[in-house]
Amino acid sequence: MFNLANPFKLRRLGVMGMNQRNFAYISRYNDRSLFPNVDDKLKTKTLALEYGIAVPDLLGVVQYQHDVELVFEILQKHQGFCIKPAKGSGGKGILVILHSDENGYKKASGDYVSRDYIVRHVSNILAGLFSLGGAADVAVVEALIEFDPVFDGLSHEGVPDIRLVVFRGYPVMSMLRLATHASDGKANLHQGAVGVGLSIATGVARSAVQFDRPVTRHPDTDRDLSDIVIESWDRLLHLSAGCYEMCGLGYLGADIVLDKNRGPLVLELNARPGLAIQMANRLGLLPRLKQIEALKYRRTPTVAQRVDYVKTHFQ
Amino acid sequence: MSARAPFFFLVLALIVVGLSTIYYRHVEIGVPLTPGEQITVWQVEAEISFTGNNGAVNAQLNLPRDANFELMEEFTASPAYGVHVDRDNSSAKVTWSKRHVKGRQTLYYQATYKEARSEPKPAKPMPVSNFEPWEEPYQSSAQTLLNDVFQKSADTGLLVRQLESMLDSEDQTVAMLLSRHTKTDVFLHLLEMAAVPSRRVGGLVLEDGRRNQSLVPLVQAYFNERWHLFDLQSNSLSPGHPVLIWLQDSPALLDVVGGNNSKIVFSISSETKSALQEANASFADNESFHFGLYNLPIAEQNLFKGILLLPIGALVVVFLRVIVGIKCSGTFMPILIATSFIQTELLNGVVGFLLIVSTGLVIRSYLSHLNLLLVSRISAVVILVIGIIVLFTIIAFRLGLTEALTVTFFPMIIMAWTIERMSILWEEEGGKEVLVQGFGSLIVAVIAYLMMDNALIRHWAFNFLGVHALIMAAVLLMGQYTGYRLLELRRFKPMTDHF
Repeated sequence: MFNLANPFKLRRLGVMGMNQRNFAYISRYNDRSLFPNVDDKLKTKTLALEYGIAVPDLLGVVQYQHDVELVFEILQKHQGFCIKPAKGSGGKGILVILHSDENGYKKASGDYVSRDYIVRHVSNILAGLFSLGGAADVAVVEALIEFDPVFDGLSHEGVPDIRLVVFRGYPVMSMLRLATHASDGKANLHQGAVGVGLSIATGVARSAVQFDRPVTRHPDTDRDLSDIVIESWDRLLHLSAGCYEMCGLGYLGADIVLDKNRGPLVLELNARPGLAIQMANRLGLLPRLKQIEALKYRRTPTVAQRVDYVKTHFQ
Repeated sequence: MSARAPFFFLVLALIVVGLSTIYYRHVEIGVPLTPGEQITVWQVEAEISFTGNNGAVNAQLNLPRDANFELMEEFTASPAYGVHVDRDNSSAKVTWSKRHVKGRQTLYYQATYKEARSEPKPAKPMPVSNFEPWEEPYQSSAQTLLNDVFQKSADTGLLVRQLESMLDSEDQTVAMLLSRHTKTDVFLHLLEMAAVPSRRVGGLVLEDGRRNQSLVPLVQAYFNERWHLFDLQSNSLSPGHPVLIWLQDSPALLDVVGGNNSKIVFSISSETKSALQEANASFADNESFHFGLYNLPIAEQNLFKGILLLPIGALVVVFLRVIVGIKCSGTFMPILIATSFIQTELLNGVVGFLLIVSTGLVIRSYLSHLNLLLVSRISAVVILVIGIIVLFTIIAFRLGLTEALTVTFFPMIIMAWTIERMSILWEEEGGKEVLVQGFGSLIVAVIAYLMMDNALIRHWAFNFLGVHALIMAAVLLMGQYTGYRLLELRRFKPMTDHF
């Protein structure tokens, strides 16, 4: 019950708490007027296209109830798709259809659902069931990502993604998020996904946690987590660093997936990235944030300059 | 950071305003710090009787001036007499007058006193140096007596007390002195010789239900920075009965010109009253402008008694979320649940809440198959909650569980939103998250309820509005807290273990 960490030791290690994140970083570096840039996925996508940030292809947008049939037209041209609420948060309301066959529509989990189910899901999105505050919403239909086979045997029943915390355009910390049976195919650490801390300079695994406790192997696949290396790490760093110019948020979480054909794609941006990345890396965020805060420059450095800085100064 | 200076000034200002209004309310107006505080109110009635001499009468009664008592109200009853109450800095008296008086007359003076909240510090009296010496041998006997006692006492207090007990003893010298003078006189004379400030007073012993009392001759002696009372003749002092000093230095209690056979007796009765009501009543009388809630109609007052508890709940929620780090759904919802617990009592409330929410969740999961739009689904859940409440109430009534009838106090929309949010949470994040957030909300609500239901806190929230300035300051300060939350210390524990 009272197995508590010494707060002074945590402070010395530079571990950032929720209050400090909200007060000293999010409220200071993230202008509220910029939040729609990341909270509205349709807007994020438009911006990404303008700034040349690689994102999954947009297949269509359902804005009105009577447009629902559109999703089935898309299905005729593409194998599968992913329907998301534009203003959803925390991965709510995302429906992934891998393909359709005589049994119906196959979800990512392997279950089949009916055509009615999809219609209902889309109208739920339109009614604002998944959006913050229940505001009316639109449904965004995206191309499916073909996952890079490097993650085979790593993620269980779900999508692995890479979360990078980008501070004033500098990627400062990163982790690989692996779905587990416990997390029900979701990549959210608080639901039981495994977080593997990655060296921000090289993309090599450092340490891993599940439920905030250290692990060395994936609980479902038993795969050793210590030998993970992300191949296209430089592209990933450039991509995440570029998100700063695109959305303008100073303190940002970028969720990136690796597509087999297209390489790293930005799946989602987050104005309030969680703190579990510190657990996965066994490293506090504060020293790096303070180091970046101390940098003084007349002109904002380019993406390449920032990536170089990160690679030489951080581990 | 310069931006923080105005902030801390604001917080400081709130704290100063809060504390000073609390101080003012308590010390100046006398609002008690605890809710049930009682004070004793003494009603003293002086009955004056005399026989008129068939001419003009002017009767004067000296009124008490005792710093230990506060006069609350006074009135006189006296048929066809002109009455005049005269108070100035040094004296207080009531005067009755009538042009032509014949036969037996009775006048009444009635006053209500309460004991003063804080005993005033009396000014240090000047020691009286020149006294009239008695003729010999009494003077030298008194001197011998005083020298004797002086040797045996360490300080003035002991000296006075030993003198008092000496006068009760069988000592020969004492007996000689008492053959000529009264005990009181001897005592006063000895005190004067010892240069202890002292005076002869007439006191009224306050005891409930006493009638036909008269003033008791008493002696006040000043030592250890206050006046002490001594009763040398009547033995009527007892620790349980306070004494109202009626007469002080002025010898005449009653002065009737134009009448004879004058007589005065006192009757005393006591009453126990709520200190709070008393403070508010006397304050409302005294001040023309009065900022407070007590002038509002009772219904509005009761409404504010409820509303003024919300800041307490908000404080609890902010504390539990920012400092402790408990997860709960919504900020205001636990407070509203807590306010309904106040209506239902805790156990009924928690059981009712769990029953309604869990039943609602089950039915809501069926509703989710119906492919409804959001607005109609929320409305459906509201109707559903009403249905559940009606059902539970009827069942409880049939079973004779009258306490369970209080579930009707739950705010409908809060229950509906709770069920709706919980069911979405269930679909999205699974049942475990529902339990975590649901119990988080419930724990916060229960703690908020326990605070809001506390009699002392309720008393403070309504009677000392300054408390809300303090709460505001605390909430603002917690808004600046960037330290770790208590539960984060547990969460981050592995971080410190691995370095």
